[in-house]
Amino acid sequence: MGRLNAGNVALAHEIIGRYPRTKSALIPLLHLAQEQDGWVSDEAMVHIAELLDLTPSEVLGTCSFYEMFKREPVGRYLVNVCTSIACMLGGGDELLEHCEKSLGLTPGATTADGLFTLNEVECIAACTEAPCLQVNYRYFHRITNEEVDALFADLRAGGRSGEIPPHGTLTRVRQQVDPQRWDGRGGEGLPEERS
Amino acid sequence: MAVTDAPKLITARFDQEDAHTLAGYESSGGYTALRKALGSAPDAVLAEVKAANIQGRGGAGFPAGTKWGFLPPDVSPRYLVVNGDESEPGTYKDRLLLERDPHQLIEGVLIASYAIAANQAFIYIRGEMPFAHERVAAALNEAYAAGYIGRDIMGSGWSLDVVLHWGAGAYIVGEETALIESLEGNRGMPRLKPPFFPAVKGLYMQPTIVNNVETLSNVPWIVNNGGAAFAALGTDESAGTRIFALSGHVRRPGVYEVEMGKTTFRDLIEAPVYGGGIRNGRGLKAFIPGGASAPWFYEEHLDLPLSKATVDKAGSMLGSGAVVVMDETTCPVRAALRVVRFFAHESCGKCTPCREGTNWLEKIMHRIEEGTGRADDLDLLLDVSDNLSPGIAWPPRQTTICPLGPSAVSPVASSIRRFRDDYVAHIDQGRCTHD
Repeated sequence: MGRLNAGNVALAHEIIGRYPRTKSALIPLLHLAQEQDGWVSDEAMVHIAELLDLTPSEVLGTCSFYEMFKREPVGRYLVNVCTSIACMLGGGDELLEHCEKSLGLTPGATTADGLFTLNEVECIAACTEAPCLQVNYRYFHRITNEEVDALFADLRAGGRSGEIPPHGTLTRVRQQVDPQRWDGRGGEGLPEERS
Repeated sequence: MAVTDAPKLITARFDQEDAHTLAGYESSGGYTALRKALGSAPDAVLAEVKAANIQGRGGAGFPAGTKWGFLPPDVSPRYLVVNGDESEPGTYKDRLLLERDPHQLIEGVLIASYAIAANQAFIYIRGEMPFAHERVAAALNEAYAAGYIGRDIMGSGWSLDVVLHWGAGAYIVGEETALIESLEGNRGMPRLKPPFFPAVKGLYMQPTIVNNVETLSNVPWIVNNGGAAFAALGTDESAGTRIFALSGHVRRPGVYEVEMGKTTFRDLIEAPVYGGGIRNGRGLKAFIPGGASAPWFYEEHLDLPLSKATVDKAGSMLGSGAVVVMDETTCPVRAALRVVRFFAHESCGKCTPCREGTNWLEKIMHRIEEGTGRADDLDLLLDVSDNLSPGIAWPPRQTTICPLGPSAVSPVASSIRRFRDDYVAHIDQGRCTHD
């Protein structure tokens, strides 16, 4: 926990090499830390600062701006229920109420077993598919109360792991660029960064 | 006005099961436009896109060809940045384009980069869309391996590197200068324009074009069929087709590609192939014509065509192509509060009028809806609105760097102007009159 492990350090260097300037890799590396531990610890931010030649406070400054980065542990499954305008009209409030009852949680809270965190969120770009929610950012469109209960039961029983990875893992497909195919001219001619 | 038989330019592969794969994309004409573009001079490609007269599909509606033409000549490096940070409430189109036809976007990115002489492009995708990331990452990997991206593309001597980048949860990053800040690893706070017009001082202070996913997804069709063919669809002022996400109280909410200028809001909401009318046979109370930032429209606006100029003139905007329909049973205070809550939550905090004003608007609206509103709250709401957007006019004036703050004024001013009696009833009766 905390600092990036050896495999992720190697991946971090690969990511940094994709950008003309190293600080651009900051958000991708914060995602990497969150993928490793499920949240972003202070130790991880210090390590990322070392990798990018930034101060820890610069890393925190960026990290704290973005809602997806969790600076304390959350449940293995983050349940985000949309109640923005289109979903409100399509039953989002009722869906949230059902999730609260089903999980025994108020928004923002985590179950005692550390399995679920429930959140009320703004628009998730599924407006024509209301009511809808995401579990670890995987979409469930036009979901009924019965389907919600079945989904939570499956997750409690350890199911659906192929469909929903643990919190922190976003994409399971990484960009792979063969050095032979990348000309590497993206940053050529870019003036030196002022330090 | 009518439902037209215009072709589907960008959603044509939405029902094709394997469209997201290179084989599936190539089998339906994919990458022929790139080959064609690389066979002509960059200026000729730029001229074709200018001739198409395509307006940006992200919200502001600025002509894409004109935007590309703003880049100063002979300054390099220069960059193309794809704005895939779709988050405006009501908007749902870019995610579908990324998930279902990622190669179409990549081909658009290649052609646009060639036209503006860029050698590196960045695709910035909203963090909350991992399935879209997976589809685009897989498509990029295939396109690199096939020689469509990378060094000396198809023997043209021109090279492009495309970097897939993810956001991490911030609506404001959809604003182009905030997106650039975010891509540089910073908090996503907008830059002042001037001097920071991206075409002049963009990513790493270099000339940069920021285009929306839907805008670039149109480019392969434009190159294959010619700018004139695109401009022939729609009207002189609003060319081509456009994707609209129709949500709220309609029988068939959905994502529909329709011809601009010739289709009306009534067609979109009522035609059996689109919305199919309001649910449960109810009447219309209001609709949002272009995403949460847009002033509301009503019954009398239904016959307006989906055209930028017409909707602008009528006092709102087509914005991001998001039409949200509210039936007659909807509480206008509750609906407006929900939109204001969004802007209060998403204010980046850089400009005081927005940071303070959006939160004041939410608090006041909240107490009215909860039944503890005060007699002078309507005046207070309008006063705060006026501080965010002097004169509460359209197009809005702003006291802030970006339009987020003034956007919060749209639902407040719209609902007070039209439904003042509902506000007064909430305050007088001390409860929500629609519960």
